[in-house]
Amino acid sequence: MMKHRAIDYVLLVVGLLVVWQICHELVGEYALTSPLATFAYAAKELGDAHFWNNAGASALALLYALIIAMVGGLAIGLALGLNRLAGDVADPMLITLFSVPKVTLYPVILLVFGLGLSAKVAFGALHGIFPVAIFTLNGIRKINPIYVKASRSLNLSRSRTIFTVLLPAALPEIVSGLRVGFAATILGTLIGEMFAATEGLGFMLIKAIDENNVELLMSLTLFLFLVAATANGILLAIDHRLHRRSAAAA
Amino acid sequence: MNVLSQTSAAEHSLEEGARGAKAPHVHLKGVTRIYPAVANNPEVHALASTDLDLPQGSFFSLIGPSGCGKSTLLDIVAGLASPTEGTVMFEGKRIEGRPPEGVGVVFQEDSSFPWLTVWNNVAFGLRRKRIDKAEMAKRVDAILAFTGLSDFAQAYPAQLSGGMRQRVCIARTLVLQPRLILLDEPFGALDQQTRLLMGDELLRIWRETGATIMMITHSLDEAAMLADHVGVMSARPGKFIEIIETGWPRDRTSEIVSEARFGSITAHMWSLLREESQKAMKAR
Ligand SMILES: Nc1ncnc2c1ncn2[C@@H]1O[C@H](COP(=O)(O)OP(=O)(O)OP(=O)(O)O)[C@@H](O)[C@H]1O
Ligand SMILES: [Mg+2]
Repeated sequence: MMKHRAIDYVLLVVGLLVVWQICHELVGEYALTSPLATFAYAAKELGDAHFWNNAGASALALLYALIIAMVGGLAIGLALGLNRLAGDVADPMLITLFSVPKVTLYPVILLVFGLGLSAKVAFGALHGIFPVAIFTLNGIRKINPIYVKASRSLNLSRSRTIFTVLLPAALPEIVSGLRVGFAATILGTLIGEMFAATEGLGFMLIKAIDENNVELLMSLTLFLFLVAATANGILLAIDHRLHRRSAAAA
Repeated sequence: MNVLSQTSAAEHSLEEGARGAKAPHVHLKGVTRIYPAVANNPEVHALASTDLDLPQGSFFSLIGPSGCGKSTLLDIVAGLASPTEGTVMFEGKRIEGRPPEGVGVVFQEDSSFPWLTVWNNVAFGLRRKRIDKAEMAKRVDAILAFTGLSDFAQAYPAQLSGGMRQRVCIARTLVLQPRLILLDEPFGALDQQTRLLMGDELLRIWRETGATIMMITHSLDEAAMLADHVGVMSARPGKFIEIIETGWPRDRTSEIVSEARFGSITAHMWSLLREESQKAMKAR
């Protein structure tokens, strides 16, 4: 089973590299560097302090944005999920807000926060908070009422019910929300950096585009892809595990 | 009333006499339940005015056609729902929409928590009480052994069969040593042999703890074998058509199923239920 998985992944990676190489052959060196050249350039970048300074700036912004998105999203989702009426009213509103292209809010954020860390964080959090809130809200609402009945019959207090029954019961959904929220926060933070920053990987990306530095562009993309894919893979594994555990009882 | 139970009915009243004229453990007076109309659904008159007294330490079985209001009645006695009219008393105190301490419920649906191991499911209700770790482990292990789940202590409910999950719920309730145990078709998911054995074990617990038991079942045999009194309910709105006294000795086991009186009791129950069940089926 495990071995099968590993082979699948190797095939996937090889496939991607082959497609990459073919595209490179088709469009040429100036639009898309070859995998080999990209790896070489990326290796060089990884040894460069300039790169790590920017990566550090991005990581810091991402960290703040993640904390706001996760804590805020959880709190909003929980509050709305526990209050049935508010949840019914808020659910379609959240989904509408979620699907509004957030770039339209861009000027407002810039006006409020100015250029720099807070704007990036605000933009990242703005992207991440909705999926976390929506998944948490739905996770709470989808809880089998028999668990609530059981906790009532055991005479649990409200806070005990929340922490020992509702949150664990909704946990698989919440983790799915965190996973989707995580990806959205990375995206939001990078976009924020592309428009509203003077440092960070997003800023490096936009500069590489300006300077038509295809190798740097490709290396950065590769690096970001690997980081995002790894994080997503870990969260996905947790997600699957939790969903499997509660599958039979649902 | 059932003529067949006359002899031991005398025994029974003797027993009650010995305890003195104590107030009943559970007392229902004029309990009615109407589910209000919601959206397109009309209101449902689930329970007609119901009176019931359960003496301390008695075993009461409830039987009736599907949808006649059995679970509704159980929820009300458990303090999980309020009656539309009427009063419910437990140990002399009024129950008002809040589960009283000392009452344990096993629901009709599987309510085991999928995120906890079997052991932690059973320990769940104990954690709220300030019991020391060793005592808690002792109690949990004992109940797991009783319900035949010792080998699955570290398994998750998703890894168990439906019948085993129901036993987890039974264990989670029994470990709290309730004085009133409410069971809603607890053995519904079990095979016949396990049912009989669990019935025997339940009788043993009942004798040893002196708890009062109210148990809903859809098995005529189970009702006749386990209970002192079997309440037979009508089709919805449910009310008791008859309360049959079985008259079994307190130290009975599943072996009474071979007694002639057992057959007569179940036959009598069926004669009462046949018509009601037909009504219930037509209503659907
Ligand atoms: N929350 C509810 N809202 C509206 N109607 C309800 C509700 N719960 C139960 N009912 C209705 O009340 C009636 C009695 O339900 P109840 O669950 O008490 O029946 P039951 O005797 O336990 O049936 P079964 O043997 O199938 O478990 C049914 O007609 C049911 O549809
Ligand atoms: Mg029922």
